[in-house]
Amino acid sequence: MTRDTLRRDTLRRGISAVFVAACGASVLIALVPLAFILFYVIREGVQALNLELFTHMPKPAGEAGGGMRNAFVGTLILTGLGSLFAVPIGVLSGVYMSEYRGTRLAIAVRFAADTLNGVPSIVIGIFAYGIAVLPFRHFSALAGGIALGIMMIPIVARTTEELLLLVPGAMREGALALGATRARAVFSVIVPAALPGIVTGVVLALARIAGETAPLLFTSFNNQFFSTNLGQPIASTTVQIWTYAMSAFEDWHRQAWAASLVLVMFVFVCSLAARFVTARVQRLRG
Amino acid sequence: MPVVKPPTPPVPTVTRQQRPVETTPGPVKIDVQAMNFYYGAKRALEDISLHIYPNVVTAFIGPSGCGKSTFIRTLNRMNDVIPGTRVEGKVLIENADIYASGVDVVKLRRRVGMVFQKSNPFPKSIFENVAYGLRINRMATTRSELAGRVEESLKQAALWTEVKDRLQESALSLSGGQQQRLCIARALAIEPDILLMDEPASALDPIATQRIEELVYHLKKLYTVVIVTHNMQQAARVSDFTAFFWLGRLVEYDRTDKIFTAPSEKLTEDYITGRFG
Repeated sequence: MTRDTLRRDTLRRGISAVFVAACGASVLIALVPLAFILFYVIREGVQALNLELFTHMPKPAGEAGGGMRNAFVGTLILTGLGSLFAVPIGVLSGVYMSEYRGTRLAIAVRFAADTLNGVPSIVIGIFAYGIAVLPFRHFSALAGGIALGIMMIPIVARTTEELLLLVPGAMREGALALGATRARAVFSVIVPAALPGIVTGVVLALARIAGETAPLLFTSFNNQFFSTNLGQPIASTTVQIWTYAMSAFEDWHRQAWAASLVLVMFVFVCSLAARFVTARVQRLRG
Repeated sequence: MPVVKPPTPPVPTVTRQQRPVETTPGPVKIDVQAMNFYYGAKRALEDISLHIYPNVVTAFIGPSGCGKSTFIRTLNRMNDVIPGTRVEGKVLIENADIYASGVDVVKLRRRVGMVFQKSNPFPKSIFENVAYGLRINRMATTRSELAGRVEESLKQAALWTEVKDRLQESALSLSGGQQQRLCIARALAIEPDILLMDEPASALDPIATQRIEELVYHLKKLYTVVIVTHNMQQAARVSDFTAFFWLGRLVEYDRTDKIFTAPSEKLTEDYITGRFG
């Protein structure tokens, strides 16, 4: 080896080391906010986390204790309503996009879904306000569910589409060769084959919308009382956190931290469940 | 003591246009007349005409890309799912043109079953795979009838003894050869007339291949079997008639023993003796 190639070799190794270091540093920087969020939410939240938070209603302002049962139940109702709207519409549009891929309408629908996915959630809240609050002249859980549903639709639709496209074409041919109609092949073979993945997508979408505040401000608003009436305003964990965090009361701040921790944990569990299902499915597929 | 005469299958001869003409009268199951097939503008099959007889095994051989798979897929209109394909000419199954307007493709595929090159079981249980065709075609009214038909089909496909204690397990847990026999059972369950097999053993090991071949041999008693194979020994072993395709044309079609011992065409001889392909 000449001295020249030796020097080039050293230089090459040096550049490589610099890039590896840069990549590593970027990863660290990207992880720092997450680490801080987790650290603060857990440190502050754990102290205030107790059973009372889930079982008790809010106490009047300034009075210590109490929980936010109404808000947790409200979030369950709102996300449930959102899924009720979004899952059928999202899954069916996903089926359309994968079955009629390449057609103009499918391309338009995909573009619309991607755009909708990028629309700021506050704008979606205003839209839901326009169609589901103004005509009835009052806030309602239903309006909140619609707003969350609109946010969920593009996520569910795109996940469904992508997972359906992963199902081998041979499976479709197998069904058609047995005398299945196209619709039958799709709904009895192709969708079931992709189902675990679709469920994963729905769970991730749920995790996403459960943490939304902006679309609820103009729609489900808030409610200091326990309500399951879909036609009335309803409390939600996020709006409650927002209200409590903005308040002047120490006890409310602590409860806001605890509720934040619950939300973060919910998202964490959803992601974990999604990973678990995906890993299992991949193992089954071999 | 009665004298048992060996059955004499109809003997086609090949004319100048490679069109086999029966020398002994017999029913024709599939009558392909002057068929051209196009993928977009590209012609993949050129002027194919041949007769396929019932209760025999007809093999299509030829090098990769010669059109044999395309051809077998025209017989149950499986190519319809590929955009931009077009068929000219006629394919008569029992004298009815399957490409005539108004033909119900779903009914056609019920009569003309198909087994694919790569086994494609559904990600369902073994039982549900076989029951699928029965369910969608409403061929069993009661649960016990369904179970009976599933069992019968698995027996026909020589798979029953291996799976009878694990019918509820995922079909994907079976070995490759078992999966392919499951696909055969699934195709047989809906009682087709004709069974098309597109290189059914090409992805299998020799033992699994042998089992499929034995199966094919038995199936011809009940079905008209058409098999595509790139393996000439396999064609020689299992088939009664062999069609040799080359570059989208049907070069020669005759009884298998004739094709492999005294082919009429130089091209066929070159191919089966391994001079090309």
